[in-house]
Amino acid sequence: MSSDSSRLRQLAVSESGFVFDPLTGHTFTVNAAGLAVLSGLKAGLDVDAIAASLGASFEVEGGEDLRRDVDDFVLRLREHGLVK
Amino acid sequence: MRPPCEAVVAVTGMNATDNPAPGVAVCRSLRAVPEFRGQVVGLGYDALDPGFYAQGLLDAGAILPYPKAGRLAMLERLRALRSELGIDVLLPTLDSELRAVAASERELAELGIACFVPRLDALAAAAKARLPELAGRGGFRTPDSEAVGHAEAVRTLVDRLGLPLVVKGVFYGATIVHSEADAVLAFHHFAASWGLPVIVQRYVAGEEYNVAALGDGEGGLVGAVAMRKMALTDKGKGWSGVTVDGPDLLRTTGALVDALGWRGGLEVEFLRERATGELYVLEVNPRFPAWVYLATGAGQNLPWAYVMLACGEPVPELPPYRVGTQFVRISLDQIQDLSTYGALSASGRFGSVGVRRAS
Repeated sequence: MSSDSSRLRQLAVSESGFVFDPLTGHTFTVNAAGLAVLSGLKAGLDVDAIAASLGASFEVEGGEDLRRDVDDFVLRLREHGLVK
Repeated sequence: MRPPCEAVVAVTGMNATDNPAPGVAVCRSLRAVPEFRGQVVGLGYDALDPGFYAQGLLDAGAILPYPKAGRLAMLERLRALRSELGIDVLLPTLDSELRAVAASERELAELGIACFVPRLDALAAAAKARLPELAGRGGFRTPDSEAVGHAEAVRTLVDRLGLPLVVKGVFYGATIVHSEADAVLAFHHFAASWGLPVIVQRYVAGEEYNVAALGDGEGGLVGAVAMRKMALTDKGKGWSGVTVDGPDLLRTTGALVDALGWRGGLEVEFLRERATGELYVLEVNPRFPAWVYLATGAGQNLPWAYVMLACGEPVPELPPYRVGTQFVRISLDQIQDLSTYGALSASGRFGSVGVRRAS
């Protein structure tokens, strides 16, 4: 799954996981894993690279599950109009 | 005319309940100006209007005759207040006052009271019933709507526009209806409350945004701040909101101000359709909104710019506002003795502006 990250780069994201969309005024909260996925997407990484990075950062195994979780997260972002 | 920083500014709309008038927010904006050494007079319609009791807000306050008493009654009261309090600038904040003030601008100027309000033709053109016509002139969208004068026309519109529909009073109030029977009921409610016509509008599902702005009277925007409401009261009034980066909101506001040659404060209510992202103008309110202190907090003090323009002073370019600035309203109890209430009840006025008197 690929994503256009231009909208994501407009988001204001705090270290605690509070997210503000300056175009719509919407706010969200994400946990540490969500924060890592957001950072990866904003940096332009693809889903595989983000899943691998999550596996390393959080010391978890199960590449397929991780990839599916990242895909789900991207779908949620799409529902909010944050990725195309 | 005194310079703006020394002016005695009278602000209407001291009601500040859960459906607040903008007066308190306007006065707070004036108090936020470091160089302002003038005085602030609150004008309201009831001795218990909460703004009269806000500590540190007003130097004086006075009761006005209700707008239904007519323009001449308002003028007579303002003439007396000019003499008693030396009012230099009047900043009306209620829709119901605007027509009378706009029609009296020359007489007020002769009294020595300056204001910066829309021209009568612009006020008429911005009315709800004429929004589709204005949309054509300004090049923006507004939901299909029609001003109707009898219930039978509502039934026709139900067929044409489909359900749900939005039914609006000519001056105030709106309700979403889901059946023809409810539409007719709403028509009768708004006709009885506010008179005719009643506006029937296609319902557009989406998110609401608001812009507070100030027009220079020559088609230009002095300033504009966009906001999304984050929490509403049961009357649908914003109780919390946040400034947003809305280039298309500001662009459309600019087009509207240009089309009307708008002079003074205004609020534009927008809706962004969820399905398409298209932007619609829902309403134009001919005065600053009750949340205008958010604009001040975000970097654009629109009420102060109004005072400068009313005094004939040029307004320096306002800075871009800070996106992500939030307001959260609060209810609190104000404690004092009965002196303010007593003075307002007995003489219709409290406080004093000291040595300042009309010359």
